[in-house]
Amino acid sequence: MTLSVPLEPMPPTADWRDRLPTEGDRYAYGFLDEGAKREIRRKLLKAVAIPGCQVAFGSREMPIARGWGTGGLQLTLALIGPQDVLKVIDQGADDSVNAVNIKRFVKRVTDAALTTDTAAATLIQTRHRIPEEPLRPHQVLVFQVPIPEPLRLVEPSERTTRRMHAEADYSRMWLYLYEDIVKFKAITVGARYPVMVNRRHLMDPSPIPRWDVPKLNRGEALLLFCAGREKRIYAVPPHTRVEPLAFEDFAFRVEAFDDRRCERCGATTTFLDEVVDDKTGRRVYSCSDTAFCDKIRRRGDRETPSPEEKRG
Amino acid sequence: MKPVLQVCHLTKRYGPGCPACLDLTGAVRGVNQCPRCRSVLACREVSFDLYPNEVLGIVGESGSGKSTVVRLLHFDFEPTGGRFHLNLNGNPIPGGELQIDPAQNLFALSAFHRRRIRNERMGIVYQNARMGLRLKVSAGGNIAERLLMAGWRHVGKMQRRAANLLAQTEVPVARMNEPPRNFSGGMQQRVQIAKALATRPALLLLDEVTTGLDVSVQARVLDLIRSLQQELGVATIVVSHDLGVIRLLTSRTLVMRFGTIVESGLSDQILEDPQHPYTQLLVNSAL
Amino acid sequence: MGYVAVRGGAAAIENAAQFSLVRRAGGDSNLLEPAQIRDQLHFAVDRVMGEGSLYAPDLAALAFKQAAGDTLEAAFILRAYRTTLPRLGYAEPIATDAMRLIRRISAAFKDIPGGQLLGPTSDYTLRLLNFDLQAESSARTREAVAQLFKDTAPLAPLPERFPKVVEMLRREGLLAPRPASSGKEEPLVDITRQALTFPAARSAQLQSLARGETGGMLALAYSNMRGYGSVHPVIGELRVGYLPVPYKNPVSGVVETIGEILVTEAEVISRIADDGGPAVFSLGYGLCFGHNETKAIAMAVLDRAIAATEPAAPSEDQEFVLTHVDGIESMGFCNHYKLPHYVTFQSELDRLRNIQAEETSARDPLS
Repeated sequence: MTLSVPLEPMPPTADWRDRLPTEGDRYAYGFLDEGAKREIRRKLLKAVAIPGCQVAFGSREMPIARGWGTGGLQLTLALIGPQDVLKVIDQGADDSVNAVNIKRFVKRVTDAALTTDTAAATLIQTRHRIPEEPLRPHQVLVFQVPIPEPLRLVEPSERTTRRMHAEADYSRMWLYLYEDIVKFKAITVGARYPVMVNRRHLMDPSPIPRWDVPKLNRGEALLLFCAGREKRIYAVPPHTRVEPLAFEDFAFRVEAFDDRRCERCGATTTFLDEVVDDKTGRRVYSCSDTAFCDKIRRRGDRETPSPEEKRG
Repeated sequence: MKPVLQVCHLTKRYGPGCPACLDLTGAVRGVNQCPRCRSVLACREVSFDLYPNEVLGIVGESGSGKSTVVRLLHFDFEPTGGRFHLNLNGNPIPGGELQIDPAQNLFALSAFHRRRIRNERMGIVYQNARMGLRLKVSAGGNIAERLLMAGWRHVGKMQRRAANLLAQTEVPVARMNEPPRNFSGGMQQRVQIAKALATRPALLLLDEVTTGLDVSVQARVLDLIRSLQQELGVATIVVSHDLGVIRLLTSRTLVMRFGTIVESGLSDQILEDPQHPYTQLLVNSAL
Repeated sequence: MGYVAVRGGAAAIENAAQFSLVRRAGGDSNLLEPAQIRDQLHFAVDRVMGEGSLYAPDLAALAFKQAAGDTLEAAFILRAYRTTLPRLGYAEPIATDAMRLIRRISAAFKDIPGGQLLGPTSDYTLRLLNFDLQAESSARTREAVAQLFKDTAPLAPLPERFPKVVEMLRREGLLAPRPASSGKEEPLVDITRQALTFPAARSAQLQSLARGETGGMLALAYSNMRGYGSVHPVIGELRVGYLPVPYKNPVSGVVETIGEILVTEAEVISRIADDGGPAVFSLGYGLCFGHNETKAIAMAVLDRAIAATEPAAPSEDQEFVLTHVDGIESMGFCNHYKLPHYVTFQSELDRLRNIQAEETSARDPLS
């Protein structure tokens, strides 16, 4: 609910305030000016041509704060058109306040349709999760990225990490993982697990859980990543090899849910959120992908989605 | 016998340079710095060869350019001029995927290729462990870094190789997972040596490795180097200002002063019967 | 101490003050009342209170008016006011779960006992310049605000206490335990009465950060979050609300509540603590006067960062951080360079001219 500000009737004397544009004629379709859209699209092409390689771009300031999805938003607005159907999720949920805010904005500056159904979307903007339903060739997944640089864990200087990527010098990342194993007998990296794309570029898949990392490999949809504050775009085109860094004797591991299931729909094969129940103090689990969870529930008491659901 | 290493006219200049630099600097002039343009020539047109299995000494005082030569060969920084060739085709190299063309000037290669050559064919030990080791990374991790760079991806195998190397260099294997900053100076040098040998290098560079250590510790490290060298037969360059080290380890020696080689020959001969007045001064002033 | 930069110094200063007055109050617009600033520019007021280190909203509003909107200057004015106030005593320690909340969120869990309460936040607004505010009608806005609550059904009353999220983690053994008291109590340091020495006691550290300048603290914390440091923060809990101030009546000895203060509190959970002990999360704590979330979060991140035993970046160095976050000191010193320095400069000129003369003569060919 927006509280719109009540106005005084305009005074008769004309002054500079009368000549200010209305919001309608101030902004282009999709808020961004045409020059910005052109730059973003060109940089996207370059990113797609070199899978996993970070491409610098002139990131614009947006009406939402840096760190809150300005990168993802710029890609969405540069790509979206009247035929598109947009889904926005945050941590897997369509109705999280941040996702709602972003959708509100896109609605205000475009005439694209909105949806919560992954299968019906042409464009999906996501923060920190990949939807459970496999994506199809005509779909585009836009990731919000806080820190695009996978080497930031071992090297704070941008100048140095640029050189490391150019020379494919990733030994310090490997050394970090090796030392983890020496100290803790396991790799302790949680989300933002470093992956090798197309056997050439080390990439940060954004803070998706390890659970979602295998979905990046040889998918059918176009995956686009953008960091607004850090001003970088990168991409994984369909059918591209994306492999998490692992050792021959220490394989990559996803999060363990043991034999827990979703309290709402009964699923045992989705990523689960842990919540402490208000009244009982009990630990309760439910699907992070809320739209998927709802789908299963609507189909009745089914533990796993039907093949049609998986195909969409 | 063909040399494994050839260096021609190796030069490193700090400063803008001018046509008079070479003439106005060097051992004859007795200065490193050009009086015209104030540039410093750390080494001037240095040329030498290194033969298989040989241990070559480079001796001189501070400012002679001896460390500069070795660091240039290790690609630590870029030369101003000169050529560097490695001919390893005569040597059996285990897992020799990395082919080096003897006719190729290695300084002209890309940073990517230089790094590969450095990691897989060379090893270096610095005077200061801080330069050669990551002090906060475990001793085993320091060794593993070079293996990782060479493409190893099996933690167990890397740990076994690291343990072997540490045993060879007399570092207690029980301390393999500790960071070297807790080690004594002598042990840090031994970890450096283990790290240098990790990828079975064809060329070993030792830059003042015992300077700054206690005398008894020095002796132990030198003994270790000597026995390793005899066992592995790696072509080695030993940089030192200490004639005792030169006498103990090397078969041939270059004497440097103000960036230039003033004398070269068999180590025994140089130490017994030095020809150049500067070498004579050096030998006579040794305790 | 006085100085005369040029002749007529006193008159010049007087004129400068009058010029400032003209700049502030010489325009056509209506003069601001401090009450307007206190109510409608409340974030500025909260920032000035926090940096001025004095909880006094009306005085902060007045200082802000006097400083014509310069928050550093306004905080400075408040500190100058505070410095000579008689110190009557110290309040009793306040348990912050007694906070009368207006906002409470956690980023660590989707939902928490007591719920996520958004409260009055602009986090989810779109920052599109709202031209309608130019002609905002006073009467009609007030009516709209009154209407907001008119037909709202009364909700169940909020619980008196909301359990702390970090307590849940502590009970599970996932959080580093509170350091056991050594028996000998660490004396409470009052940094307005004692100079800071290093290593600084925890009370001195928290005090310094609580009254630190928001922008400076933000820059340092940002550097740490971006990679020049290793905190990797997750907000365990952020609270904004009113804390009762308990004070022991010096005559009766009874502890009474003498009022309440609005504060912002942030508890930041940081990745695995790496100091050789068992793997646990560690905690960073931030608290400041008024509603200032940026500062509270920055403070929590810095609190954790400067616990590093071996600082690898400026934000992890306790001395570096605590010395440079005070806005009054930094602003003062930065601006002090405007004072005449021509005597020292003359000395520099002399040296440079000398060196240049030597160089010129050296370049003459000696053959």
